[in-house]
Amino acid sequence: MKRFWKTGEPYVLATGAALAIVLVMTLTLVITVMSNGLGYFWPRELVRFEMKDGSFALGQITQHEKNPVSGLRRLQLKVANRDVLGQDFRWIEEKDIASRSLPADAVLLERREHGNYFGFLKGVTAEGVTLTGATPQEQLHQALKLVAAKLDDTRAIKKQMSGLNHTAEQLRLKLLKLEYRGKEKNAAAIAALTADREKALAEFTSLNEKSSATLAGINLITAQFSDVSGGGKDIALTEIVALQSPNSMSFFAKCGAYLERVRELLLDDPRESNTEGGLFPAIFGTIMMVLLMSVFSLPFGVIAAIYLREYARDGWMTRMVRIAVNNLAGVPSIVYGVFGLGFFVYGLGGSIDSLFFPERLPTPTFGTGGILWSSLTLALLTVPVVIVATEESLASIPKGIREGSLALGATKFQTLTKILLPMATPGIMTGLILSMARAAGEVAPLMIVGVVKLAPTLPFDMNFPFFHMDRKFMHLGFHIYDVGFQSPNVEAAKPMVYVTTMLLLAIVIVASSVAIYLRNRMRGKYTTSTF
Amino acid sequence: MAQAQEQNTNSPILTVSDLNLHYGEAQALKGINLDMARHQVTAFIGPSGCGKSTLLRCFNRMNDLVESARIGGSIRFNGEEVNNPATDVIALRRSIGMVFQQSNPFPKSIYENIVYGLRIAGVNDKATLDEAVERSLQSAAIWNEVKDRLNDSALGLSGGQAQRICIARAIAVNPEIILMDEPCSALDPISTLKIEELIEELKSKYTIVIVTHNMQQAARVSDVTAFFYLGELIEVGGTRKIFTNPEKKQTEDYITGRFG
Repeated sequence: MKRFWKTGEPYVLATGAALAIVLVMTLTLVITVMSNGLGYFWPRELVRFEMKDGSFALGQITQHEKNPVSGLRRLQLKVANRDVLGQDFRWIEEKDIASRSLPADAVLLERREHGNYFGFLKGVTAEGVTLTGATPQEQLHQALKLVAAKLDDTRAIKKQMSGLNHTAEQLRLKLLKLEYRGKEKNAAAIAALTADREKALAEFTSLNEKSSATLAGINLITAQFSDVSGGGKDIALTEIVALQSPNSMSFFAKCGAYLERVRELLLDDPRESNTEGGLFPAIFGTIMMVLLMSVFSLPFGVIAAIYLREYARDGWMTRMVRIAVNNLAGVPSIVYGVFGLGFFVYGLGGSIDSLFFPERLPTPTFGTGGILWSSLTLALLTVPVVIVATEESLASIPKGIREGSLALGATKFQTLTKILLPMATPGIMTGLILSMARAAGEVAPLMIVGVVKLAPTLPFDMNFPFFHMDRKFMHLGFHIYDVGFQSPNVEAAKPMVYVTTMLLLAIVIVASSVAIYLRNRMRGKYTTSTF
Repeated sequence: MAQAQEQNTNSPILTVSDLNLHYGEAQALKGINLDMARHQVTAFIGPSGCGKSTLLRCFNRMNDLVESARIGGSIRFNGEEVNNPATDVIALRRSIGMVFQQSNPFPKSIYENIVYGLRIAGVNDKATLDEAVERSLQSAAIWNEVKDRLNDSALGLSGGQAQRICIARAIAVNPEIILMDEPCSALDPISTLKIEELIEELKSKYTIVIVTHNMQQAARVSDVTAFFYLGELIEVGGTRKIFTNPEKKQTEDYITGRFG
């Protein structure tokens, strides 16, 4: 027995076991997220239940479980129709079910408000439009196409309107500036700008009327539905986002619907306080914030590390700085958030406002949370990681390489830029990967320096200067918190939480993979020889 | 100073007088006086820690990199004081090249390794660089082995080839002196032989100072041998004389293997 311990075999087993546990935990996490997230978009069947007491229910089965009180099996049904039933889900005891069926004509409506509607189509009322379809289904499809075409028309108008809105806003800010500098002095310019602004606003109003007129006709087109208990419901077609009849869809039709939902998720804006629709603004915000963060933290961290490793005298001061840098990485992130709020937002942002935009005060421009301040705060949070990684990789370069370069008459700086930095690049990339992963997942500090639940505009658009660093933005990590724990309908939002988590993981994995690929290519180039 | 200069009539290229060097409190070199003649191979021998590498690194001021090193006395290179703070270290190192114990090719192509010294001096003319690469690789007797793969990484070369690339790299900037710090200690006998033959050829153009632990090597390649012990220069003289009829007993003991 003693000899068995002496062989070292048990320790090898222990290391293997530890690795296995870590792997299992990681896999469990990924599989849980994937299995819950990936299934969300699959058009699930609408099951019609006839209960023993004579009532009916229609919905999608979301889970089975044992009733914790009675010990009997029960199932959870997503019944939707929130505006009629008051809640999206209900529990059904299996002992109460008389029969179940899959009615082929059951439809699933995705609506702009009040969540989904499950029911049966009864007819279409269209005033002023003639629908040639023979059945209500055909008529509905025809009418939906018509509505979609009109909505497309108004989209162009809406775009024009937002352009005008932007122009008017810029003019308003210019006016403010002129007025601030002296009303009398700039009277002529003010008058001209006011006229311009009035013109833009008038144009805006006329376009708004035009768009309302276009929509007026189609607002009246409604479809009549009845739910499983027989209650009727009139729904305007403009309210309908998508229509499905999952019980009569073929496998390929379901695949199509699935892909359509994935597209919507990746490219569309969110609806219904973020619990429905797409995640595009959050994806965009996360990626842009992480990239901006890298732009700040990478050069800053690398330069700091170069100074520490190559130029600073190795005394107690350097050692203290090094210890401080290492400890900075362990400071709770919320502390950085508070610091960011105080220093960047109120301090720097406030100063910028009072120096450059005094006319807009008290409305803040940079003196409020925004993507710039969020990126800077996270850069501060991740810069120790970059510094440590860069220092380590500089330190690991053999002394002979430095001496070889210096002995050829290179200056210290030439040695650094031509030999040392290229050799340290793989290590620096490792630091960057770690810091990007950390920044992408960080939520707490962002909540106080610029992330919002719903940002009306992206931090990047086609209006000059394209990148709007002062704007607030959306972030996937915050989205998870908001949808999962702050939304009024947490149960309905649960799948969205899984999907968002999956996306966030995917972004981190994709970003890391790209960086790791680049790093390995460089590593191949710079590995030192073995004899 | 009793100095063997059988073949040379010119003034010495390097003159060391009363050189003392301390690492912190410890004295590594004690009152060294030594002349080195042009186009000769001088070998430094002696047991580990005797200061021979330290002395070598004084010539191109590589000891500047060691913060605790303090130098007293004088080293004159072509009559110019090396230790003078006003001396242009960059130009000095260009004139006094160095080859290290561990071959240290840069993680670049063979071509870029050779032209590194020229590029950092601001030479970027393709024709000049090409010419320098061929000339120095020829001189280092490795041209035929690598001429078809100049753009391959220098890290893929064998130890002996890498060391000759390092010699070629030092030659490329046209130095007057080449310092070699145990250039063969990490090499196999065949590579060692090649380097020794190379030293023999390079002698006509360059002055070479070589530190070695290998007594036979010193006997084979050098014209003058200096024996160091505990930071002191014990004896210096023509290699044949040192190895056959040394004046000091310590030298004889070391050469015959009685200590060290």
